[in-house]
Amino acid sequence: MHYSPTPLHIPDGFLNLVVSLACWAVTAVILGVAISKTNKALGEKQIPLMGVMAAFIFAAQMINFPVAGGTSGHLLGGALAAIVLGPWAGMLVMTAVIAVQALLFQDGGLLVMGSNILNMGLVTAAIGYGLYRSVIGQPKAVKLTVIGFAAWLSVLAGALLTSLQLWLSGTSQLGIVIPAMLGVHALIGLGEALITVFAVAFIMQTRPDLLGEGSESAKASRSWIFAGGAIALLVVLLSPFASADPDGLERVAMDMGFINAGQSAPFKLIPDYTIPFLGNTALSTIVAGVVGVIVVGAVIILIGRGVKAKS
Amino acid sequence: MHFDAFDRYHEKESFLHRLDPRVKALVTVMFIVSNALLPDGAWLAFAFAWMFVLAANLLSKLGIGYTFKRSIIALPFALIAITVLFSMPGEPLSTFRFLMWDFTVTDAGLLRFVSILIRAWLSVQMAILLVAVTRFPDLIHALEHLRVPAILTTIIAFLYRYLFVLTDEVFRLLRARQARSAVAPCSRSGGGVVWRAKVAGNMAGQLFLRSYERSDRIYHAMVARGYAGHLYTLNPHEMKSGDYYATALSIALIFLTQILGRL
Repeated sequence: MHYSPTPLHIPDGFLNLVVSLACWAVTAVILGVAISKTNKALGEKQIPLMGVMAAFIFAAQMINFPVAGGTSGHLLGGALAAIVLGPWAGMLVMTAVIAVQALLFQDGGLLVMGSNILNMGLVTAAIGYGLYRSVIGQPKAVKLTVIGFAAWLSVLAGALLTSLQLWLSGTSQLGIVIPAMLGVHALIGLGEALITVFAVAFIMQTRPDLLGEGSESAKASRSWIFAGGAIALLVVLLSPFASADPDGLERVAMDMGFINAGQSAPFKLIPDYTIPFLGNTALSTIVAGVVGVIVVGAVIILIGRGVKAKS
Repeated sequence: MHFDAFDRYHEKESFLHRLDPRVKALVTVMFIVSNALLPDGAWLAFAFAWMFVLAANLLSKLGIGYTFKRSIIALPFALIAITVLFSMPGEPLSTFRFLMWDFTVTDAGLLRFVSILIRAWLSVQMAILLVAVTRFPDLIHALEHLRVPAILTTIIAFLYRYLFVLTDEVFRLLRARQARSAVAPCSRSGGGVVWRAKVAGNMAGQLFLRSYERSDRIYHAMVARGYAGHLYTLNPHEMKSGDYYATALSIALIFLTQILGRL
């Protein structure tokens, strides 16, 4: 089957029960709000629409483009779904996609589905929509630039959350999993950003009416900008810190009692053993991160200009 | 593409196939939770849980190795847990050099790594078996009975119903791209990465518009046939006595696994 699993889908067994259930709890609360908002706001017509849109996201993940050396870029779709469908509907659609991936394809576990939904569906949608909402009414180039950045950041946020959950479960070592996951997903995020930007540009050009920019109240809009912006800021601030100083993060978690709750044996580094990557990677990850941000920004601004010049 | 192109259901006449989908979903989830609860290195309990999987395989008449053959799917993710080999405090087992770093594998690290893999491997087998012996619409219906909100199960039902239609659409788009991507011998093909991404993005946008318009048509067709916001099923899904016995037996066995894990 033409279906490529993405490295963000955590299978069962890799998160412990406490972390899995905690993520399920957060996910359930957010989904509960999403369901009540969607039920209130939408008529019966929206159900088939959202169902087909979920199939759209699933199918759109099969569209790929060759990058180099046999690798290919493709879409995860959280930010795109939130931008074209609105945040709550986008979250429900992503939830359905992740549920079917887990149930039908065993891509991602059942007990850990709560955390998969949180990482790939809810946070991505909040960042995508919040940042997009903050530039409504701005010129098209600005909008597309921000959309691209939001899409890139949403993938990074998912990777960061996944790493943290794996670490809290005692499955991975923080000093390695964070730089590794963020590094890989900084690249995967580029593909996500490019496809999302071009897809939205295409829709803006052909059916701008579908993007429904004036559909929300100013107050709801402001809270989304706030929520999305806050999460985005947290990711931007936490990623370099976590990559540079995982020990610091571990200390914070220990102070707050996360680690003892998260795993049976709080694991410390072996005394006579130093983490192989840490010394160098602390600095190099930051540099890589900064370079990454600059590159993404530059690429997206260029694309934004290119699209604007044409239209 | 046929409607069941994505289906993992394997038609057989067996006890597990006939079992109520609610029971199957519930037992699968309980089995996975039980795996997560087992402590590291509970070999006896792991073995017992594996017996449970094998017995379920036999009961499904799909062959004792059915899920085993398909359980490789969770393995690539094991890479993410590999750091645990070196990071758990414990007796060093062996040290090896990779490039310029020394890695020391500890016994506690190895124990946890293997335990994580076994838990993942057991859990994914049960999930594989669940969709092999349950038709997906029945599974969705079971989720509805298990109090998953109707809006979600309906979206999932639609997703499942139209996935193969939109996949066909994607294949048409991919075929069209391929047909227009001729390349002369000895020349570089297909522009830069950004240009390729633009083509892919346009395809995604195009797919969105086609899906949107299709959903409009679907809605109108549904209204024409009397849709008023509810989906109905002809499948009543009644629990029979056999279903209750199976549930009770499974719960007992899962409890036994937990006890074995704590001996």
